[in-house]
Amino acid sequence: MSSMDVLETQIDQWRAAVTRSRAVDAADVEELEGHLREQVADLELTGLDQEEAFLVAVKRLGAVDSVTAEFAREHGDRLWKQLVLVGESGRRGRPLIAMLVFAVVAAAGIQVARLAGGDQPWFVRDLALFVLPVLAAYFVWLRKPPRRRVIALAAIVVALAVLANVFPFRPDAQTGLLVAIHLPVALWFVVGVAYLGRDRMSSSRRMDFVRFTGEWAIYYVLIALGGGVLMGLTSLVLAPIVSSAVYEQVFLWAIPSGAAAAVIVAAWLVEAKKSVIENIAPVLTAIFTPLFAVMLVAAVIGYLVAGIGHPFNRELLIAFDALLIVVLALVLYGISARDSLKPVGLTDALRLVAMIAAIVLDLVVLGSMLARIGDYGFTPNRVAALAVNVILLVDLAGTAWITGRALAGRVSVVAIDRWQTGYLPVFAAWSVVSVAVLPLVFWFA
Amino acid sequence: MNIDKDLVAAMASPLVLTILAEGGSYGYAILKRVRELSGGELEWTDGMLYPLLHRLERLGHIRAEWGSSPEGRKRKNYQITESGLAQLAEQQRQWQTATRALGALWGSGPSGNGTGTMKLAGA
Repeated sequence: MSSMDVLETQIDQWRAAVTRSRAVDAADVEELEGHLREQVADLELTGLDQEEAFLVAVKRLGAVDSVTAEFAREHGDRLWKQLVLVGESGRRGRPLIAMLVFAVVAAAGIQVARLAGGDQPWFVRDLALFVLPVLAAYFVWLRKPPRRRVIALAAIVVALAVLANVFPFRPDAQTGLLVAIHLPVALWFVVGVAYLGRDRMSSSRRMDFVRFTGEWAIYYVLIALGGGVLMGLTSLVLAPIVSSAVYEQVFLWAIPSGAAAAVIVAAWLVEAKKSVIENIAPVLTAIFTPLFAVMLVAAVIGYLVAGIGHPFNRELLIAFDALLIVVLALVLYGISARDSLKPVGLTDALRLVAMIAAIVLDLVVLGSMLARIGDYGFTPNRVAALAVNVILLVDLAGTAWITGRALAGRVSVVAIDRWQTGYLPVFAAWSVVSVAVLPLVFWFA
Repeated sequence: MNIDKDLVAAMASPLVLTILAEGGSYGYAILKRVRELSGGELEWTDGMLYPLLHRLERLGHIRAEWGSSPEGRKRKNYQITESGLAQLAEQQRQWQTATRALGALWGSGPSGNGTGTMKLAGA
């Protein structure tokens, strides 16, 4: 083996050691390797032989562990891909058992509630109360936030639960339905605070929670699909030998419990198997961002050409709320999956087009509806649909503005993350208002 | 004299920005310049420079692009940006205030020894 080969082998080994850390990507290794080689060459000029030079150069570069730890501190988003987060690696086995315990608690809770009042209106309204606090408790167990915050979270959950149930909703009240919709959202933010653990104010941790939310939704849908297939096949297989009443009874137990337990399991999966979804989410956004951009631009042109003679239409407004949520989700997902070091490019431009088209479209519709709302009066549903629309519109407009500035090279893309994570409390506040204030304002109509 | 670890960490970012303000450069050359400026008294683990460079890049203070070395290896070159220059000016103000305050105390005090005052390269 020539001395050159020895050096190459040594560098290969060093590179393998560095690459093992997921916080260091291929480009970083290249950069570090260039450094190493130059240092070796310089040291050789001072009279060291190659082997000595390599040893000194590696020593100067620093222990692989501490250097990769430093990379991990800077590139936290890459660590997202790692199976187990640093610091939790010591308790590898326990989260699985704990997850199972919490999942069983959620499944049992929903059954107790179903037996107590499965046909009552409060059952639907309180559905989230039986499941999401369990998920929050799971994160409290996992992250150990300060005790005062845990007490505050528990107090919020209790307050929401009491309010949702002492309000004397009239039968078929719109406000009752609004509570049923907004209570899960408010509780999801409780989960979020528990998820953030100790660093509640950190923008990057909040972004992690946004990512977590999206990936949790993907996992939940996947699990639900699997569950659906299982239930469908069960009924097909059992149909010839047992009466339908029997397996309907089985489903009555299995489906609510499975749905509740899946909330916890999906959360655990997101945390445990980050790299799996990591590969799906960017692909999904890459496919759908251009498609949505095209659809939205076409819709804008269509609306402008055809004009809108619609009266105030709640369904249309809700459809636009859904549209804004989807566009926002695409944008958020796209942003959170992007490499923060990559310069802005075509996908960011496409995102901007989609956002601007969605904003224009929404403004056109919103404007025409607001002009007529006076004739129809304010009902709880209209107020809620309008408020959500305005909140989403402001969020999207802010995101579009910052994306535009980033494209022009005025600000760093990090500013988009900061805007988003800073805006999260607005959503939380509105969901709480919908649960706690709107029913009072409309006197439980 | 070995400079305290925390102080080295605090100096790292103004030092790198100052060197890049002199002109674009790349990792190894930046480190050589650091050694040169500090006469070898700044103990810096080489590998720590890169996460720092990436952080400055993420914050938009410097800009990076891939080029190649004379030997044809890929090399990442860094350049300071407008926002980096502004950041550097701000850090200079802070360091000057700090050194002035300490210098005033140590320079005139009875137990003062002259070596306590530190000059920041390039500032």
